[in-house]
Amino acid sequence: MHGFANPRRFLALARWLTPVMLVSGIVLSCGATWWGLTQVPPDRLMGETVRILFIHVPAAWLGMGGWAVIAGASAALLIWRHPLSAIAARAAAAPGMVFTAICLATGSLWGRPTWGAWWVWDGRLTSMLVLLFLYAAYVALSQASAREGVSDRIPAIFALVGAINIPIINRSVVWWNSLHQPPSITVGKSAIDPAYLWPLLIAVLGYSLLFGGVVLARMRALLADMQAEARLRRKAMEAA
Amino acid sequence: MNTLRPKPKHQRLVLVVIALIVLVGAGFLAAWGLRSEANYFYTPSQLAADPPVYSRMIRLGGMVREGSIQQLDDGVSIRFTVGDGEAEVPVRFTGIVPDLFVEGSGVVAEGRMGPTAFMADSLLAKHDENYVPRELQEMTEYQARQVVAETETGGGR
Repeated sequence: MHGFANPRRFLALARWLTPVMLVSGIVLSCGATWWGLTQVPPDRLMGETVRILFIHVPAAWLGMGGWAVIAGASAALLIWRHPLSAIAARAAAAPGMVFTAICLATGSLWGRPTWGAWWVWDGRLTSMLVLLFLYAAYVALSQASAREGVSDRIPAIFALVGAINIPIINRSVVWWNSLHQPPSITVGKSAIDPAYLWPLLIAVLGYSLLFGGVVLARMRALLADMQAEARLRRKAMEAA
Repeated sequence: MNTLRPKPKHQRLVLVVIALIVLVGAGFLAAWGLRSEANYFYTPSQLAADPPVYSRMIRLGGMVREGSIQQLDDGVSIRFTVGDGEAEVPVRFTGIVPDLFVEGSGVVAEGRMGPTAFMADSLLAKHDENYVPRELQEMTEYQARQVVAETETGGGR
């Protein structure tokens, strides 16, 4: 595990893993989306709108998963001071934020025909909106700290504090009465018919691979940026 | 170098773990405090246990009892019963109901408690956690299993 904290070894791994994850992620998520949009039967109550499931659920999963990555990398940064973990946290922020926004947008589009409202202030929707704001704050904070050269421990601490929202989102429909449905998939049990469950699981896998590929690509870009800057600085020193 | 002194790495690990425990504890305490405040609606048994002020706007949520929806004489109002297995509340609503508003399904009604019934200004349909294809709903258990098996092999190919 610690071996991959070495940027050179990480880059050697990421060089081939990035395209593999991106391509397989695009293939699987496109396939699952096509399956979900055209092949599954309409739901007994919701009819055709059930098809939003195959975008909404993977987006929600990665919105929360993205923050888990940021928080995990931030903990590693605070404890072991791996420079690579700060880069991983920064790289995961933007894609996580995009998926959270997709989750909120598709949920809103789904809520109008099924519930009869675009938006309600129940526990699940509110805590997910808070996650979007946390992402926005984290992106601003981490970019500012990288630009100004301040300690990257400040955004890391913010990420750990914000992580408390993740279990709250997960439990919001259990603890409180909410308009949003309770979880369909719990440990060892699913209330989703297999006709919907299989394309959903493939969509979750495909979106996750896509997310991983984007994070790796962004990490490589950030590392390349830093290397280029260091080289320029060295050249300037030599010239002087 | 004092050998008894723990490595800084371990000190930081302990510090972060303690900070996380405190954070999670604070979060759960806050959520516990919000337990009854962050509910989106009251259930009929909560209303029965703690009746609300008549003029106050509240939301009532529960299941629409089977066979309870009836059209009133004015043609645009309906009356139905919302229950949660323990208590029941009669509800009156005037207007267009959402598509998912059916008997035996969940509903959230926003309005005021009236003298004879809950007077709802708006209705929201609640979807439960079950996702079932339309064709499977009316089938026998055996037929349903067969269709599911076909869908699985057909889709997995």
